Amino acid sequence: MFTNKNQPSGEQSKSMSSYLSPLVQQIQPSGIRRFFDLAAGSKDIISLGVGEPDFKTPWHVREACVYSLERGFTGYTSNAGMPELREGIANYLHARFNLDYDPANQIITTVGGSEAIDLALRALISPGDEILIPEPCYISYSPITAIGGGVPVGIETFGKDRFKLTAEGLEAKITPRSKILILCYPSNPTGAIMSREDWEPIAKVVEKHDLIVISDEIYAELTYGSNHVSFASLPGMMDRTILVSGFSKAFAMTGWRMGYACGHPELISAMLKIHQYTVMCAPSMGQVAALEALTNGMEEKDRMVDSYNQRRRLIVKGLREAGLECHEPQGAFYAFPSIAGTGLTSDEFAKRLLREFRVAAVPGSVFGLGGEGYLRCSYATSVSQLNEALERIGALVALLKKERENKA
Amino acid sequence: MEQVNELKRKVLELLKEDARRTPELLATLLGAEEEEVKTAIEQMEKEHVIVKYATVVNWDKVDDERVTALIEVQITPERGRGFEGIAERIYLYPQVKSVYLMSGAYDLLVEVEGRNLREVANFVSEKLSPIDSVLSTKTNFTLKKYKQDGIIFEDHEEDNRLMISP
Repeated sequence: MFTNKNQPSGEQSKSMSSYLSPLVQQIQPSGIRRFFDLAAGSKDIISLGVGEPDFKTPWHVREACVYSLERGFTGYTSNAGMPELREGIANYLHARFNLDYDPANQIITTVGGSEAIDLALRALISPGDEILIPEPCYISYSPITAIGGGVPVGIETFGKDRFKLTAEGLEAKITPRSKILILCYPSNPTGAIMSREDWEPIAKVVEKHDLIVISDEIYAELTYGSNHVSFASLPGMMDRTILVSGFSKAFAMTGWRMGYACGHPELISAMLKIHQYTVMCAPSMGQVAALEALTNGMEEKDRMVDSYNQRRRLIVKGLREAGLECHEPQGAFYAFPSIAGTGLTSDEFAKRLLREFRVAAVPGSVFGLGGEGYLRCSYATSVSQLNEALERIGALVALLKKERENKA
Repeated sequence: MEQVNELKRKVLELLKEDARRTPELLATLLGAEEEEVKTAIEQMEKEHVIVKYATVVNWDKVDDERVTALIEVQITPERGRGFEGIAERIYLYPQVKSVYLMSGAYDLLVEVEGRNLREVANFVSEKLSPIDSVLSTKTNFTLKKYKQDGIIFEDHEEDNRLMISP
């Protein structure tokens, strides 16, 4: 019996937590969630904490979905997703990133990129396998690795390298148990990207140590100045790589939960097994919307990317003028300034920014190794809000400087 | 028409969104030099690419009665001048807010604004219809404006994203 507040029990009570899986119990709640709770409830806060586009899904995409619902397209699709959508994804990946996947057995559509990563990990991990994760990175990789029975091994990346992964950094963390490398470039939270030259030495290490790569390329469309280079497009890497992506960031479709994974047919088939026993298929209405986005959405996407790029310039200049060191992010929609010079931890800085200046941003420490001393600021917000937020950040930095001088 | 280069086009797009943006802000957004942007704007003002900086007003929200009509006008073009002369005779009236030459069932689309229905009706019967080459007019009163120049007047698409998200 577990404890029940309303019903006093004469029997020996047992707490509910003793029923929970030890794997789940060891997982910490997300640091982003903690900050969300702090910020929730206040109305007049400017948020730079949002990890999603500030655009609505383009109307033609929403309209295509509504129209298909009206016609009664509400049933299951095949487990891997509508054949037309898989073909659309194959054509898109070929045109944009020079990748050739067979839609028949190398592509599976999933409930967001998140499910694809989970499937990949569950299909690959044997208990105790070590999963290499360059950090700072998206908050989920390490917990879902642990839930899957793997051992997450962080690889710290540094501001001086513009948060790129280096072959030496990777090599230093490899042990006989290393099995998977999770990549996420363009990077959330740092905005770092990897060029072909950056990738080549990484690919050598991957080959030498016989690693499998899960490459989360959800931000691939959001690069500024140079085109995204998919890790799978490097010589010899296609069969070792599970490419994970989705529609959330490029087409402003976060709530639709539409993602996909591509890779070697045997890997995809293993992932498909888990997928069909857990979620059956991605939502049919989401698949219709995704197909419309791929077919007719490139112009809208370009317009959105153009707009992010403008605001990227604004925030980087503004943060530097506010007195914070900030490398130039080349992808995604986050600036990752250093707040180390202010004498506060990233957690303290973010809390004071929120409480005293009503700007929400995410402390770098929640993103793992190397994140401490930084702040993640999303620039997917309006120009006027950005300007106001930058002024307030400047005011906090000035205040902190004064406080330090008074102490000295 | 002069070929508008890339910078000028972007400047125009950004000013169309918000005409109060300063050259400094425009330069930052576009990654250009402030001087470059200033020069581009001055040139475009001089060439009448930028005709005017105006404010888009939703008059429905102001306690200020006014009615707008879109009038389809059929005319006989004049020898030698076509539609130009007649269009000018019409657009010079201050009540006339816009005039377009159209393809299709009629020739000119004339937007007329007045304080009330009678004022617009009077304009049509006393000024517009009597013009020699005007063959017919068809007056359509607008009841409500939803969108103008790409701007939705009552935009229901609020930002309802979570304050903090992954």
